[in-house]
Amino acid sequence: MTTDRVRLLADMYRIRRMEETCAELYGLQKIRGFLHLYIGEEACAVGALHALTDDDNILATYREHGHALVRGVPMNSIMAEMYGKASGCSRGRGGSMHLFDATRRFYGGTAIVGSGLPQAVGLALADTILARHGITVCFFGDGAVAEGAFHESLNLASLWHLPVLFVIENNLYAMGTALARAQAQTDLASKAAGYDMSSSVADGMDVEAVHAAVADAGGRVRGGWGPHLLELRTYRFRAHSMFDAELYRDRAEVDGWKRRDPITSYSARLVADGVLDQAGVDGLDRAARDEVAEAVEFAEAAPWEPVADLLTDVHTARGMS
Amino acid sequence: MRITYRDAMRLAIRDALLADPRVLLMGEDVGLYGGSYAVSKGLIDEFGPDRIRDTPLSELGFVGAGVGAAIGGLRPIVEIMTVNFSQLALDQIVNTAALLRHMSGGQFSVPIVIRMATGAGRQLAAQHSHSLENWYAHVPGLRVLTPATVADARAMLEPALADPDPVVIVEHAALYNIEADVPDGITCDIERAAVRRPGSQMSLVTYGGSLPKVLAAADLLAAEGIDAEVLDLRVLRPLDFDTVAASLRRTHRVVVVDEGWKSGSLAGEVVARIAEECLFDLDAPPRRVCSAEVPIPYAKHLEDAALPQVDSIIAAVRQVIA
Repeated sequence: MTTDRVRLLADMYRIRRMEETCAELYGLQKIRGFLHLYIGEEACAVGALHALTDDDNILATYREHGHALVRGVPMNSIMAEMYGKASGCSRGRGGSMHLFDATRRFYGGTAIVGSGLPQAVGLALADTILARHGITVCFFGDGAVAEGAFHESLNLASLWHLPVLFVIENNLYAMGTALARAQAQTDLASKAAGYDMSSSVADGMDVEAVHAAVADAGGRVRGGWGPHLLELRTYRFRAHSMFDAELYRDRAEVDGWKRRDPITSYSARLVADGVLDQAGVDGLDRAARDEVAEAVEFAEAAPWEPVADLLTDVHTARGMS
Repeated sequence: MRITYRDAMRLAIRDALLADPRVLLMGEDVGLYGGSYAVSKGLIDEFGPDRIRDTPLSELGFVGAGVGAAIGGLRPIVEIMTVNFSQLALDQIVNTAALLRHMSGGQFSVPIVIRMATGAGRQLAAQHSHSLENWYAHVPGLRVLTPATVADARAMLEPALADPDPVVIVEHAALYNIEADVPDGITCDIERAAVRRPGSQMSLVTYGGSLPKVLAAADLLAAEGIDAEVLDLRVLRPLDFDTVAASLRRTHRVVVVDEGWKSGSLAGEVVARIAEECLFDLDAPPRRVCSAEVPIPYAKHLEDAALPQVDSIIAAVRQVIA
């Protein structure tokens, strides 16, 4: 277990350092379009994905850099995608919001809030009919809970008893709208009861708590007990995207959550537990920074897709399905 | 064998279910009720509720589930009761099914077939009378088919399911009761438009539920000595313009008949392509016969007045041929 705990911390560092560099590259106009940073929420993706298997299907949102990375998408190809290069994990066609990796069952990367949920139901239906054993794990934010797609999908998944783990990453804001200004019932996990579905809540700032919650809920779903709704309570440290004056929340609130930074708190915990010393923590940080530097180098050198290929893959080339 | 359009659809779905265990039919009341247009009547008895899957009234949810099932390796046929209700599922069709392959750099195909009824003419009033197939024909990544004959209803589904990408099949509700003899083993080319009536003086271009009206108009015109060719576009996307161009290079005159509203219509696209590629082949300006720009009313005389009719088609032909 000691190694696993180190890996949890290492992966949080990898996400953090990658995204900090993305923000800098955005300022340099190397990365364009929308860029939604996950900084502050790393414990959610890291804890969750380490509790899942390669056979499981993963769907995420437009704030999915961390999920892709922990799922095993190489940082080089994520960074190349940010640059819009042909070596990117979506060949430069998707960018920050549309990271995909079919070989790792990573189904994106969607920028329509709530649109992943019905697809998760369908993927789980396919697994069930085709007698595959994986479960489908669908990440979405608190904003998606207000969408009709959330309610239709929870109902379908429960009605058809499908192996879906719905994971709300509740960071308290749907873009700039606070949860209490958008939801009559702010206890989001409680909404599962309306669909005769089990639910649970975990501290999304504590990577081990997330891991345990996903292992538990995932085990339930895997065991044929039907779908489950897990709410992870977390917080986004940075702006919603790169164009956000943050008029909707107090500095003190942000600072309060930053004192619960999942990386510094977990680093301290591993040091206190004698799993790592400070040099060990620093080593993980340095390894993450080195990996990011290499990824940037890779993305800089990567080729652009030829304009002649613009129209390829609008449809599947015949004989390729 | 003499069958209805409805029978033809049912037989095609049954063949698909027998041929491929990955195929399933899902939608509102497709099972025990037998389909709101009775297309799937009896199939649940033969194939069971897992493959003839009734859904709640959750168009966005079950179309999205169909998309996910297709990505996950099934070959779902998703029935949306009508094109009117498909607006509730537009996000999954337009923002995912159509885009996913290109947006993911070619990693995912979405082999889903989405069937829906369309059209007016049965006094169902404004919210049940839309012809919005042109919305889908606007979107790259989709294939849009409009079976207008019993034979096409019988034969289109097989190639649609074989297509690795999303296919929208739009069935005009006024066609379900038409009958024809359909030979066994009939096939359909879902790349090409079809010439339904050869002619030399005039090209009448149409699709879907307007085809019977256009053929009736052509018969009446023939009695007056006007020999009109009738083209059924059959595939609204990707449009087979070559067949249209070949026809009007022979006839030099064209009328396009489309039950959609004229502004932004498929007929508009056809006429624009004619203007770009065939302008100097024309002996007269092209004309369009479309629905009046009004919500389709309930009262029969008003509904009739709002839709393309045999008389209005003949009137347009006379203007072009004068």
